[in-house]
Order: sequence, then C-alpha cells, then structure tokens
Amino acid sequence: MSFPWAEQYTPKNPVMVWIDEKLPLPRLAYNAVGAGYPVPRNLNYFWNFGVLAGLALMIQIITGVVLAMHYGANDLVAFSTVEQTMRDVNAGWLMRYAHANGASFFFIVVYLHIFRGLYFGSYKAPREMVWLLGLVIFLLMMATAFMGYVLPWGQMSYWGAKVITGLFGAIPVVGEPIQTWLLGGFAPGNASLNRFFSLHFLLPFVIAGVIILHIWALHIPGSSNPTGVEVKGPQDTVPFHPYYTAKDGFGAGIFLIAFCTLLFFAPNFLGHPDNYIEANPLSTPAHIVPEWYFWPFYAILRAFTVDFFFVPAKLLGVLAMFASILLLFFLPWLDTSPVRSGKYRPTFNKFFWILILDVLILGYCGGAPAEEPFVMISQVASAYYFAHFLIILPLISRFEKPLPLPGSITEAVLAKYGKTDGATVAVPAE
Amino acid sequence: MVRIGAFLVGLFFAGWLLVSFLMGAVAYVSEPPVPTVEKAFHELPKHVAFSFDGPLGHYDKQQLQRGFQVYKEVCSACHSLKFVAFRDLEALGYNEAEVKAIAKQWAIKAPSVDPATGEASTREPMPADYFPKPFANNVAAAAANNNAIPPDLSLMTKARHHGSAYVYSLLTGYQAQPAALLKEFPDSKTPEGLHYNPYFANLNLAMAPPLTAEGQVTYSDGTKPTVDQMAKDVSAFLTWTAEPKLENRRRAGLATIIFLLIATGLAYMSYQNIWAEKKKAA
Repeated sequence: MSFPWAEQYTPKNPVMVWIDEKLPLPRLAYNAVGAGYPVPRNLNYFWNFGVLAGLALMIQIITGVVLAMHYGANDLVAFSTVEQTMRDVNAGWLMRYAHANGASFFFIVVYLHIFRGLYFGSYKAPREMVWLLGLVIFLLMMATAFMGYVLPWGQMSYWGAKVITGLFGAIPVVGEPIQTWLLGGFAPGNASLNRFFSLHFLLPFVIAGVIILHIWALHIPGSSNPTGVEVKGPQDTVPFHPYYTAKDGFGAGIFLIAFCTLLFFAPNFLGHPDNYIEANPLSTPAHIVPEWYFWPFYAILRAFTVDFFFVPAKLLGVLAMFASILLLFFLPWLDTSPVRSGKYRPTFNKFFWILILDVLILGYCGGAPAEEPFVMISQVASAYYFAHFLIILPLISRFEKPLPLPGSITEAVLAKYGKTDGATVAVPAE
Repeated sequence: MVRIGAFLVGLFFAGWLLVSFLMGAVAYVSEPPVPTVEKAFHELPKHVAFSFDGPLGHYDKQQLQRGFQVYKEVCSACHSLKFVAFRDLEALGYNEAEVKAIAKQWAIKAPSVDPATGEASTREPMPADYFPKPFANNVAAAAANNNAIPPDLSLMTKARHHGSAYVYSLLTGYQAQPAALLKEFPDSKTPEGLHYNPYFANLNLAMAPPLTAEGQVTYSDGTKPTVDQMAKDVSAFLTWTAEPKLENRRRAGLATIIFLLIATGLAYMSYQNIWAEKKKAA
C-alpha cells in the first residue's frame, strides 16, 4: 500500500507510542488521510469533492440523529411531529432544513465527484474497484434519500413511495407480490413508514462502511490525477497533509457557504410545496415528481411509451431506469482507451460534453410534467444516454487518436508554472 | 463479450426510444394536444410586496396582528390552524395577559372531558392550546361546506407555489367568468355552488369570496380595512404561521455566512501559504 517514499508515522509522545503499540489507529489515520499518504501534486479543484461528500454525510448523520429524537414514525403523527420539530424544538428548524438541504448538497457533490471520475477516467485500471464501490455508495444513497423523503409523510412522500414501489409492480408475475411485500400492505401505510424509517437510519452507516472500503481500494494504486499519467517518483507527489488538508479546508469553506446560503435564505427552494400538505391517499397530486436529484432517471423511466411486442412500456421504462445506473458498473470495460484523462482525448471530449448536456436535459424533462414536448425530448435524450455509454464510448476507445501525454506529473506542473531550466526531468520510479 | 452485449443492449434501448419518439411525433403532428381551459386561463399569482420579502426582510408585527384579526373574524369560521398555539401569538407582540384573553374569548371551545362523568365536553382554551378546529371532523366539515373540506391554513403559504402572493391573489382574484372563456370552452361554465377564480389551479373554487367589503373588520391601529389591505394582512399572517422562525433563521444565517466568509478567507490564505513552494516555477 502506498509509495515507498511515503512519510512514516513516528510518534514521539510516550502516550502516542503506547497507543501505537496497542492499537495503531493514529497510524492508520496518518497513512490514510495524513502525511503518510503521498498524493499527486497536480490535483485540481475537482479532486475536492470526495472529501466534501464525506463532510456532507457527516452533516446528514448528525442532523439525522437529532431529528430522529423528535420524530414519530407513525402515519398518524409523522407529519405533525416534523412540524413540531420545526416549531417547538430548540433549533429544530435548523436541523430539519439542514437535513433536507444536506441531502441535496450530498447529491450535488457526489454528482460532481462522479463527473470528475467520468471526465478524467478515474474508473480505469488499476482503479476499477474504487469506481465499483463508489457506484455501490451511489445506489445506497439513492435508496436512503428515497426512504428519507417518505418520512415527513407529506403528499409527495406518500405518492412518491407509491410510484417508486409501483416500479416493482411492473415486473411480470412476481411484481405485485414484491410490491406488497416491500410496502407491508397494498398501499403505503404505517408498516411502510416504519420500515423506511428503520432502513433510513441504518443505511447511512452502511454507506460509511462502504466509504471505508472505497478509500481502502483507492489507497492501493493511490489517487489519480488530471493528466492521467501515473506517479513516477517522489517529485510527483506531496503528502496529503498538510497540502491537501489545506486545500480541502478551503473547499469545505466554499461548500459550507453555498450550503448555508440555501439553508438559511431559501430552505424550501429545492423542495416541493406539496410536501407541506399531509399525505392523503384519496387525493392524487396533479404532478408527482421526485426530488431533483432523481429527475434524469425519472425522465428515462417515463420515456418509454410504446410496448415492445409482449413487453409493456412500463416494464421497459423500469428496466431502462435500472440499466441506466447499472451500465456504469461496466464502464471500466466499455471504455478501453489506455489514455485516462479526457484532456488528451479529442473525440471523447466532444461526446463527453454532449453527454453532460444530455443529462441536464433529461433532468429538466424529469422535473417537468409528463406532457409533450417533454416526453419526446426525453426519448431522444434517453436514446443518446444509452448510445453514449454502450455504443459510442467503446467505438471511440477503439478509433480515437489521443493527443501526446506529458512525460510525467512534474513535467505537466512545471509546464503550467513556466519551467525555466531543463534540469528537472522526471525520474522513473524503481 | 462485455462490449458485444453492451452494444446489443444499447442498440435495443436507443432504437426503441427512437421508435417511440417517432410514433409520439407522428401523433403530436396528426393530433396536436388540445389546449385545456386550465392551461389557457389559469394565472400566476400577482406581484405583491411584503415586508418579509428578500433575504433580510422582517415581519411587520402590526401587519401580523391585523392579519390575525382577519383570520379570527373571517377565516377561522371554517379553516383550522392546527399547528399554531395561542402561546405562539406572543411573537406577534401580544403580552402574556393579552394571549390569555385571546384564548379565553376564542369563539370555538377546546375539546375536553367532563371530570365528573368522563363524557366529551368543552372548555375555554388556554395559551398552551392549539387553535381549536372549527369542525369536529372531515365529515362535519364537508357537510357544512357544500361537500368541500376547508383545508388547514397553518402551512398554506408553504404548500403552494409563490405561497404568500398566491393567498393574496386568490383572496382578491374572484371575478365573473370571462366571456372569452365561455366562447372558447362552452362546456367549462363554473358549476353551481362554485366560484370562478383564475388563480385557483382548476379555476373553480368551492370557497365563496371571503373578503367582500371594505370595513369587514375594524382595525384598531387605524389602517383602512380595504379588501386589498385585509387580503395582504392575512397573507402576511399566514406566512408567519407557516414559517414562524423566519426571522431567527435569517439572523442566524447572516451571522453564519459572515463567519464562514472570514473562515474561508483564512483557509484560502493558509492553502496558498502551504503551497507557495510547490506552485513556483522550478
């Protein structure tokens, strides 16, 4: 693990020496996120988002544990206990708004983290496992966020639960029994609310566990970098602490400023007004929409309007929606180009930005009512989404002629800051 | 193998989506969607200015008191306010004794139990009580209101898009059905017992115009009680009932942002300081 030139943990304080002999936890932290972890020196701000996602998870766990102390997971009182938390609990409004907006910010930073991985080819060998574990975290986050949104038991909570569990109902034969089993009834009710609460409390800790694996898997090859050229020697790296702890400190500041601006001045901006109406099984909202971070997938789900022979359109939509995420698990083997960074891949670069635009369009359509022209737009956009990953990307990797790569990370850094003498040439690592 | 499988899956999904698109497009061109009466005549809320607008706005306590008076004398006959307690009214500038008196004199009594017999009974509300509901249950509410249940108003301004402006627009938006509407959609005449209001989602509302005449309430602070003024005041009051901690939130937010700006500035300087050596030309 790590590079041979990594700084070694040498405790001086006798207490720390004593602890290191008994349980080398400080040593583990030192090697994981301290001076003992050498990191490429050329990381740009896109490499901040992993740490920020960890910060967002901490915010969610802390605010969530406090909210759970005041919440009643019962369909008769859930809505009122949330309101009482907002009104009568000291700083209850702060905890609730921080948790609701914290979920959005968690997804914002995770989406940027995934964007970074996609553009700079972080999923490629030897970091496939880091990517796969990251996707597991992403799936767990989606499940957690979905169940968390049900807990306030507003109109969107209720109807969202009904629509999403209804997706399983589209599976032939076993679908409806599965839906009933998931909900603990024929429609969302007290049984569903209780199990969602239980799982919503559990899953963040599972996420924390998978994050540990994600970081562990990352430390075996070490961090990637914007050039995609592997580390060749000590001159290419800096110790994580203090270099990247300082940079992440600044990044965390920017993150918190953006988060707090929304939290304190527009806490309901990302929410839906209907969720301030208590759940009512007898009144269906005009437009049922999930939270914004699910919109692109919701658009793919609704894009299928025509049955394929005996396969109903609804089932196709469900399959496509799951496929749209699951296909990312195959990405390391779909993109076979040996060049990691999108910077040096002219063709990939163009299609990549089309993909980003495409996902933004899908997001917009997913939040819009299921009417024309949004359905037609999501059909074209969804078609591109699948074509991009499953057809275009493997073809590009085969035929693209990449630009020349810098000889080493140090060479790229020196080129940026205006290298003067030719003395500093990269020394390959032994 | 992976790439061949992926290619086939991709071809299937993308291909079928394009087929669906073509079928949808043909249908769209051959049978363009018919405009609905709601699409054509529903209006977005009017622009109206409140003291609490903007990131640093405050509630105007006088206005909240006037709005409370409108709620008390007009709305409370049908609409509950179940998440607000009498004690909360101290935030509007009433003192403890005044709150006690408001609770005591409230027209609807609080549900209680007769201590002698154990039978259901009522008592005078106390400051700790939430506003008593005007109807015993939804059946009673529907029976008394032409089969429409008057919604609880505690969260109304957060439960609608453009909440405060929406409530104001709805209260001042009642009008005769436009002739153009009847000409274009002859079947959409407002049904008997409903009232036309273009700010309501489906245009026809069970609630009769609640604020009808100037002077419907008498303001003790001398403000002229025009319909517009009453609507504005009660919208402000309902904004407060939905978001009673708005001022605390903004005050805390301002302090937090100032703190974070300073902290982030320092973090940036230490970042630059630590990296100074590494970012120079060799």
